[in-house]
Amino acid sequence: MMESLNLPLIWAGLLALAVFMYVLLDGFDLGLGILFPFAPTDRDRDVMMTSVAPVWDGNETWLVLGGGGLFAVFPKAYAALLPAVYMPIGFMLVALIFRGVAFEFRFKSEGVLKRVWDQAFHWGSVVAAFSQGLILGAVVQGIELENGRFAGGMFDWLTPFSFFCGCALVWGYALLGTTWLIIKTEGELLDWSRKLTLAALVMVILCMVVVSLWVPLLDANAAMRWGIDYPNIDWPQLLMFSPIPLLVVVFTVVMYRSTRSTSSTYMPFICAVMLFLLGYIGLAVSLFPYLVPYSLTLYQAAAAPNAQALLLAGAVILLPTILAYTVYVYWVFRGKVDLDAGYKH
Amino acid sequence: MTESLDMVLLARMQFAFVVSFHIIFPSFTIGLASYLAFLEGLWLKTGKDVYLNLYQFWIKIFAISFGMGVVSGVVMSYQFGTNWSVFSELTGNVLGPLLGYEVMTACFLEASFLAIMLFGWNRVGRGLHFASTTIVAIGTLISAFWILAANSWMHTPAGYEIRDGVFFANDWLEVIFNPSFPYRFTHMVLAAYLTTGFVVTSVAALQLIMGRRTEANVLMFKMGILFTAIVAPLQIAAGHSHGVNVHEYQPIKLAAMEGHWETHRGAPMIMFGMPNEEKEANDYEIAIPKLGSLVVAHDLNAEIKGLKEWPEDERPPVAVVFWAFRIMVGIGMLMLFTAWVGVYLLKQGKLTESGWFHRLCFIMGPSGFIAVIAGWFTAEVGRQPYTVYGLLRTVDSVSPVTADAVGMSLTIFIFTYAIVFTAGVFYLFRLAWRGPTDSGHPSTDLESPPIMATNLIVSEYEGELLGKGRAGVTPP
Ligand code: HDD
Ligand code: HEM
Ligand code: HEM
Repeated sequence: MMESLNLPLIWAGLLALAVFMYVLLDGFDLGLGILFPFAPTDRDRDVMMTSVAPVWDGNETWLVLGGGGLFAVFPKAYAALLPAVYMPIGFMLVALIFRGVAFEFRFKSEGVLKRVWDQAFHWGSVVAAFSQGLILGAVVQGIELENGRFAGGMFDWLTPFSFFCGCALVWGYALLGTTWLIIKTEGELLDWSRKLTLAALVMVILCMVVVSLWVPLLDANAAMRWGIDYPNIDWPQLLMFSPIPLLVVVFTVVMYRSTRSTSSTYMPFICAVMLFLLGYIGLAVSLFPYLVPYSLTLYQAAAAPNAQALLLAGAVILLPTILAYTVYVYWVFRGKVDLDAGYKH
Repeated sequence: MTESLDMVLLARMQFAFVVSFHIIFPSFTIGLASYLAFLEGLWLKTGKDVYLNLYQFWIKIFAISFGMGVVSGVVMSYQFGTNWSVFSELTGNVLGPLLGYEVMTACFLEASFLAIMLFGWNRVGRGLHFASTTIVAIGTLISAFWILAANSWMHTPAGYEIRDGVFFANDWLEVIFNPSFPYRFTHMVLAAYLTTGFVVTSVAALQLIMGRRTEANVLMFKMGILFTAIVAPLQIAAGHSHGVNVHEYQPIKLAAMEGHWETHRGAPMIMFGMPNEEKEANDYEIAIPKLGSLVVAHDLNAEIKGLKEWPEDERPPVAVVFWAFRIMVGIGMLMLFTAWVGVYLLKQGKLTESGWFHRLCFIMGPSGFIAVIAGWFTAEVGRQPYTVYGLLRTVDSVSPVTADAVGMSLTIFIFTYAIVFTAGVFYLFRLAWRGPTDSGHPSTDLESPPIMATNLIVSEYEGELLGKGRAGVTPP
C-alpha cells in the first residue's frame, strides 16, 4: 500500500528536514565555539558553554540521522557522495570529536589544561563548520560519477567555490550563535552579543549574495531553474521564486531592528533561522531533483521501495515523537543562564 | 592492483581501529546506565543516602564515557560511506533501514534524556528524573539491538535476495532475527554488564586498598561481586551456545577459532598451539582428545570440519582468530573464578579484609574491555575474507578512494584518539581515585571548578545549601 506513495520524494523531504535541523541546532552550538575566544571574560565563556551543555548531544544526533538516513534511503547517493568528500568529512569528524569532548573535559580542568580545552572547543567548532561548508560547496558544484560510482580525484572538493562556502558557513553559524546568546544571556554579555550579531549579519548577507550569484554560474541547470536561460528570461518562473530573495530582505531588516532594540529576546534568533531557511530553499530550488548534482537524481538513488517503506512506517511515529521530546528538553532548560543558581536557594 | 590491495588493508585497519575504540565506551555505558537506574530506583524506594552518593559518583564517570562513546560513534556512522562505499551501495537496501531505526529509536532518546539525567536535578521532579535515567538505560539496549542485528546479518545473512549483485530484503523479520542475532545480542549485552560489573568492583577495591572503608565503598564492592558472580556463568553459557551456532552457520570460522586443520571425528580441544598457515598445522600443539567435539556438538565422536576442507582464499587469518578467541575465553574463566572467590569470601565474612583479593579485583578492572575487543576480533576476523559471509568479499566492498587518503585519515584518527583517550582516561582515573563521597559529608568537593558540567545539584534538591556555586539555569 505504501509503495503507491512517492517514497523517494517524501524521503528527500524528510532528509532535507533532518539536515536543516542539524544546521540549525548544531549551528548555534558551533557558533558559540567559533565566538568562544572573543568573549569578554572567562566567566562569559562558562555561561556560553553552560547554555548548550545539555543540548549539544541531541543536536549532533541530527547529523547522524542525516548521514545514517542517507545510507538507509538513498544508498547510491551515500556511496557516491562520501568518497568524493572523503577528506572534508574526515576533518569534520575529527573536529567534532575535539569539540564534543571539550564539553566534558573543560569543566573538569583548571589552569593550562582548561586553556587547552578552550582552544579545542574553539578550533573544533571552527574546523567543523568550515568543513561542512566545504562539503556543501563540493556537493553543489557537482560530483563526477562513472557508472554511479565516484570517479573523480581526491582533491576535487577543493575549489574557490567550496572554500568560499566554508567561510560563509562559519559566519552563518556565528550568527546563529550570537542570536542564541541574546536569548540566553544578560548584562554585558548580552550587549556584546547584540553588537556581534550586527557584524555577523552583514557578513552573512554578503555571503548569501555571492553564493546566489555564483551557483548559477557553476551550472546552467541551476540558472535555468530560476527561469534564467541567458539571454532569455522566463519571467513567470523567475517571479514564482522571487519571494525568496524578497523575504531575505524583509527578515534582514526585521533582524537589524530587533537586534538594536533592547527589548527583543527571541526575534533575532527567529530571523536568523528564517535567513538560513530561505538560503536552504534557494539551494533546493537550484538543485532539485538532484541528490548528487548533476548526475544522480533522488529517484535514481532511491533504496528499494520496501526499504524506504519500512523506514517510513517507523518515521511517521518516531519523528514527531523525537521532535516532541526535543521540545520538552529545551523547555526544561529554558530561560537565561545563571551560573550562581546554587546560591539563590 | 597493489594500490588497491594496500587500500583494502588500510581501510580494514582503519575500520578495526575506530570500531575497537568505539566499542570500549558502549560496552561500559550500556552496563553503567542500567546500574545507575538500579541505584536511583533503590534510592527512591529506600531513601538511603548511600545509594544517592553512589549515583552521584558514577554519573560523572558515565557522562565522560558517554560523551566519548558519542563522538566515536559519529565517526562510525560515516565509515561505511567513506571507506566501504561499494559495500554500502550493495547492502544499503537491507542494512540501511536497520541503522536508520537505530538512530530514530535509540540515539535521540539517549541524547535527549541524558540532558535531563545530567542537568535536570533541580528542574524536574524525582519521578521524572528516575524515568529519564531508565529511558537512557533502555535506549542503550535498543541501540545495541539494531546495530547487532545489522552486524549479525553480515555473519549469517537471511531473508534477502540478490539481483545484479545488489541485496534486497524480502522478509524483514528474517533479516532482523537472523540465525546468529539472538546469540550475539545476548552475548554482547551480558558482555557489557560484565564489563561494567568488573569496573565497579575494581574501583571499589581500589578504594578499599586505599583504606577508605566507607559504607558506599563496601556496598559497591558487594554489589559488584554478587552481580558478576551471577552474570559470569551466564555469559559462559551464552558464549557456548554462540559457538554452537557458529559451528552450524560458519563452520570455517569455527575451525579457525579451534585451530583445526584436519577434519576429525571426535575432534580434540586444542588448549595451546601456534597456527602455522604455511605448514597448515599447529606448532607446539597441546590438545585434549575428543573434548572439542563434545563441547561444540555435544557428542564425543561428532565430525568437525578442518580448515583444509576449504581452498586457501576462503580461509580467515587463522592465528588472529585462534588467539583472540582464547584470550576471550581465558578472561571469561578468570572472571568466573574471581567472582566466585568473592562470594566465598563474602560468606566467610572476610570480603572487606582480604588484601590480596582486593588487589586481584583491582587488576580485573579492564578485563571486560579486553575480552570484548578479543571477542569482536574473533567474530569479525573470522568472517574474512568476506564482509557478508560467503556472499560479498571484503576486496569488493571498498570505496574508490586512494590508499594515500585512507592512510592519511587513519594517521589523523590515531593521533586524535590517542590525545582524546589519554585525556579521558586521566579524568576518569582522577574521578575513580577520589571515589564516592561519604554519606556523612555531602558532596562539597571544593577542588572542582564551579560549573562542573556533570555536577549534580542533588543536595540542593534536598533543601540544603552547597559549598560552591553550581551550574544552573533559572527560569525567566
Ligand atoms: C553493522 C556493521 C558492523 C558492526 C556492528 C561491527 N562491525 Fe566489524 N566490520 C564491519 C561491520 C561491522 C565491516 C564494515 O563489514 C568490516 C570492515 C572490513 C570488513 O571486512 O568488515 C568490519 C571489520 C572489522 C574488523 C577488521 C577485520 C579484518 O579486516 O580483518 C574488526 C577488528 C572489527 N570489524 C571489529 C569490530 C568491533 C570491535 C565491533 C564492535 C563494535 C564491530 N566490528 C562491529
Ligand atoms: C559499526 C558499527 C557501529 C556504528 C556505525 C555505531 C554508531 C554509533 C553512533 C553514531 C553513536 C552516537 C549516537 C549518539 O549521537 O548518541 C553511537 C553510540 C552508541 N553505540 Fe555505536 N556504533 C557501532 C557499533 C556499536 C555496537 C556494536 C554497540 C553495542 C553493542 C554500540 C552501542 C552504542 C551505544 C550504547 C551508544 C551510545 C553511546 C555510548 O553508550 O557510548 N555501537 N554508535
Ligand atoms: C568463557 C566463555 C566464552 C565463550 C565460550 C565465548 C564464545 C564466543 C564465540 C563463539 C564468539 C564468536 C561469535 C562469532 O564469531 O560469530 C564470541 C564473540 C564475542 N564474545 Fe565471547 N565467549 C566467552 C566469554 C566472553 C566474555 C567473558 C566476554 C566479555 C566480557 C565476551 C565477549 C564477546 C564479544 C563482545 C564477542 C563479539 C560479538 C559476538 O559475536 O557476539 N565473551 N564469544
